[in-house]
Amino acid sequence: MELLSNLGLGFATAATLTNLMYCFIGVVLGTLIGVLPGIGPLATIAMLLPATYKMSDPTTALIMLAGIYYGAQYGGSTTAILVNLPGESSSVVTVLDGYQMARKGRAGPALAIAAIGSFFAGTVATFMLAAFAPPLAEVAFKFGPAEYFSLMVLGLIGAVVLAHGSVLKALAMVMFGLLLGMIGTDVNSGVARFSFDVPELSDGVEFVAVAMGMFGFAEIILNLEQREKREVFTSKVTNLFPRMDDLKKAFPAILRGTGIGSLLGILPGGGAVLASFSAYAIEKKVSKHPEEFGKGAIQGVAGPESANNAGAQMSFIPMLTLGIPTNPVMALMVAAMMIHNIQPGPQVMTSNPSLFWGLIVSMWIGNLMLVILNLPLIGLWVKLLSVPYKFLYPAILVFCCIGAYSVNNNVFDVFMTIPFAILGYIFKKLDCEPAPMLLGFVLGKLMEEYLRRAMTISRGDWTVFVTRPLSGTLLALAAILLVIVFLPAIAKKRKEAFAGDD
Amino acid sequence: MQIRNHRDFWAGVLFFITGILFMILSQQYTMGTAAKMGPGYFPTMLGALMAVLGLMILIPSVRRSAPELRVGKIDFRAIVLILVAVAAYALALPKLGFIVALSLLVFISSIADYEFRVPSTLVSIVVLLIFSWLVFVKGLELQFPFLPVFLTR
Repeated sequence: MELLSNLGLGFATAATLTNLMYCFIGVVLGTLIGVLPGIGPLATIAMLLPATYKMSDPTTALIMLAGIYYGAQYGGSTTAILVNLPGESSSVVTVLDGYQMARKGRAGPALAIAAIGSFFAGTVATFMLAAFAPPLAEVAFKFGPAEYFSLMVLGLIGAVVLAHGSVLKALAMVMFGLLLGMIGTDVNSGVARFSFDVPELSDGVEFVAVAMGMFGFAEIILNLEQREKREVFTSKVTNLFPRMDDLKKAFPAILRGTGIGSLLGILPGGGAVLASFSAYAIEKKVSKHPEEFGKGAIQGVAGPESANNAGAQMSFIPMLTLGIPTNPVMALMVAAMMIHNIQPGPQVMTSNPSLFWGLIVSMWIGNLMLVILNLPLIGLWVKLLSVPYKFLYPAILVFCCIGAYSVNNNVFDVFMTIPFAILGYIFKKLDCEPAPMLLGFVLGKLMEEYLRRAMTISRGDWTVFVTRPLSGTLLALAAILLVIVFLPAIAKKRKEAFAGDD
Repeated sequence: MQIRNHRDFWAGVLFFITGILFMILSQQYTMGTAAKMGPGYFPTMLGALMAVLGLMILIPSVRRSAPELRVGKIDFRAIVLILVAVAAYALALPKLGFIVALSLLVFISSIADYEFRVPSTLVSIVVLLIFSWLVFVKGLELQFPFLPVFLTR
């Protein structure tokens, strides 16, 4: 019954007026940016990160930031169904059948099923999170420096394997990120590395500047390059309620989507995007009428939309229990915790139980808010879609610049976004995904620290990483992952799975 | 030798050079031993790995079997305008204050759009100024110089 008392503590924390308010702000903001193509949860969280300095309680900050992430999963589906354009990368597959349903005048049921599926998945994921996080944290307490190092290797390899595009390029991007993380004062020797005598660089490169430059600004430049015509189904959203046979068809798909999303969300590199792709592929496989897919099959909306929400929430597990971010959004969450002097890791659950359980329960509350909010407010979100990009991108730039300045109240961080914007743009042009780099960047210093400690303990013996059973298992898993992606048959399948995901 | 996959070729070159560069830069720091690593140890390792990966990406791109792939067109207009706008904001903020900095940022960045019109950009500036003042100055109480320095003194 410990679980119940823990959840009780969570409710007590999440249901305070302040936390409810920020949860609400988070999910509304999340939906908003989810609806708008061209701005994602990553850039938004990076923008708001500095604002959370002001909050006295880190729980409040995390509740709001988490709300943005899963809220975006709801918003993304609205755009996918109504505009034939994914509002978020996790809604790419929803476009296929959602838009076709809208063209047949069934936008309402499509939107309703997406919301219901997301809510169901969110509820299940909340309970899974509550049930699985504590035992995982137990395991984490047995970890020494060697295990932590190996775990990070596994995490980074996982991110590489699941990123789309070339595996070699993703690996090189991880190295680049790790090296960028080296910039700044070395904790052991006090030497300022790669700082070129710039005092601001002795504290390292600001994470927010990197994230905004590479994801925010580079994205805007790329969007300005290629503009698409939008066709919006605004007037046709009339009947929201799905028919009985819709529900009958959608329910098993929601169940499967939730399962797949929960599973893939925990994996390093996983999260919402991969979950939705896999769910769509599976729905098509199990369906008796695969030919209906792409022509408005409701399962093609229900499965992926449940999966992306479950995946988004489950990706909190490795971050909360091991302190290891598995995707860039989680990396920002880690940054948010560090701002408030909380070192993420298994000890969070015992040292800050109200933060841990409050955050988990707030996710369920947030999902409830979203499902209540979303259906009646669809009209409003649709209006938002008619805001032209020419008004949108200067606003994004303004918020980013304010955010970058506020991190240290210094324009240096604003200037730093410029080289990273150029880098981000070049990398995109060369088909290099920036996400693995960001993970490397966050983990760089930690990884070096654990490597040093492990090697000091073993007196310079490299075999320690393989001979310690837990560490050896983790490294073996990483090796297997790498071998698998280089097998020709898998490499081909992987290419297919990510095809069209751009 | 002929470059066939331009995207892979240049990515490989970029990674290779950066890797080597980090290796060279790391030599100014103490290496230490495996048991007692100095500040130069880990970066040297990473730089070497990155350079090797760069070569592994680069070499296949000049093979005859590599697919022909060019680097997409680069839109210098958008890059320069957006980044100049950001730089103008950062330069203006400390002395000229937020109102001037924001106006410059929005105005310059708006030119990047092909449907650029002065009136709608001015509306954009006013709306964003009011919004930012309400949310960031009044709401979140972020600290930044709002008016030009010569006006507040």
